Amino acid sequence: MPHISLPEGLPGILGPMAFRPETAKPLNELADILLRGPSTLSPSERELIATYVSARNDCFFCQTVHGAVAAHHLGGNEQLVLDVKRAPAEADVSDKLKALLAIAGKVQRGGKFVDSEDIARARDLGATDLEIHDTVLIAAAFSMYNRYVDGLATWAPEDPERYREQGARLAQQGYATVTEGATAATR
Amino acid sequence: MAHIPIPEGLPGIRGLFAFRPETAKPLCDLAEVLLHTPGILSMADRELIATYVSAQNDCFYCQTSHGAIAAWHLGGNEQLVGEVKRDFANAAISEKLKALLVIAGKVRQGGKSVSAEDVERAQREGASDLEIHDTVLIAAAFCMYNRYVDGLATWTPENSEGYRQRAAYVAENGYLGIPAIAGKA
Repeated sequence: MPHISLPEGLPGILGPMAFRPETAKPLNELADILLRGPSTLSPSERELIATYVSARNDCFFCQTVHGAVAAHHLGGNEQLVLDVKRAPAEADVSDKLKALLAIAGKVQRGGKFVDSEDIARARDLGATDLEIHDTVLIAAAFSMYNRYVDGLATWAPEDPERYREQGARLAQQGYATVTEGATAATR
Repeated sequence: MAHIPIPEGLPGIRGLFAFRPETAKPLCDLAEVLLHTPGILSMADRELIATYVSAQNDCFYCQTSHGAIAAWHLGGNEQLVGEVKRDFANAAISEKLKALLVIAGKVRQGGKSVSAEDVERAQREGASDLEIHDTVLIAAAFCMYNRYVDGLATWTPENSEGYRQRAAYVAENGYLGIPAIAGKA
């Protein structure tokens, strides 16, 4: 049961977002820019970073829903999402993405863990300053979203099919649109 | 030196706001709602929660800048800010704020660390659902801001007078104008 009275039937972050629309708005804008906005990183790469950080933070809802969005962008390749969560260094992703995932993993532990060698390695493999910036901010932002979702003990469905449907919807329509649609009925 | 070339002369998160104005906007909007919009918790209480979490995360820039804003709201009481950072259980603050700081500290460790007992204690001391929600989100948001600032190794001045002057401006005007003035160090 959630720690506070949240609108019923809304999974994960949607409950607190319906409870407090004033904060939901910037939270969704940030997610849309970081994960879906114009970028030289593909949406699947950015969702994999979000999924990896959420898995390291042991946030079931976030890792499952963003894993589903990533898999949707990857043509349904759920295996690759699992591989990235378990051992990114051995997954079938580019060396550049591996270097960015290493930075994201350091940020998840704490900002000061990122060292200049991590950055130099990513740069050697072709990462731009903006890609490094966005990787750090995605990892930092999911260190927030994960704590928000679990810190209020929100409810998360277990049926993987629900996440596949939601993942497709989020990939196609975006975070602000889907959240607005899902929470409007509770107001 | 920062990990990426951010505009010079802008400390901490302000350099990052200038580097990437698109993300600066929702980051400032969120800070404005959580810290500077009239609510049930005083602005001093909310800035103290932000300062405490930033101190626990060892983020010098965030704990110093928000500590200065908290002190401004407290009529310049920097001593109290120091006490909250060091040992809030024995600081001269309300029992309700102590219970909320316990929750904030748990959120910092990880969302799952918050227990039903922590929340019940805060409710017994008079905290509303909205106050508990905002405490959790302030703590979570500073786990983001702190990682953003330190993860890119931003420049952080040590001179406390600069933080005091800046704090007065932010305390009076809020967070929304920060991206626009990011270029004016």
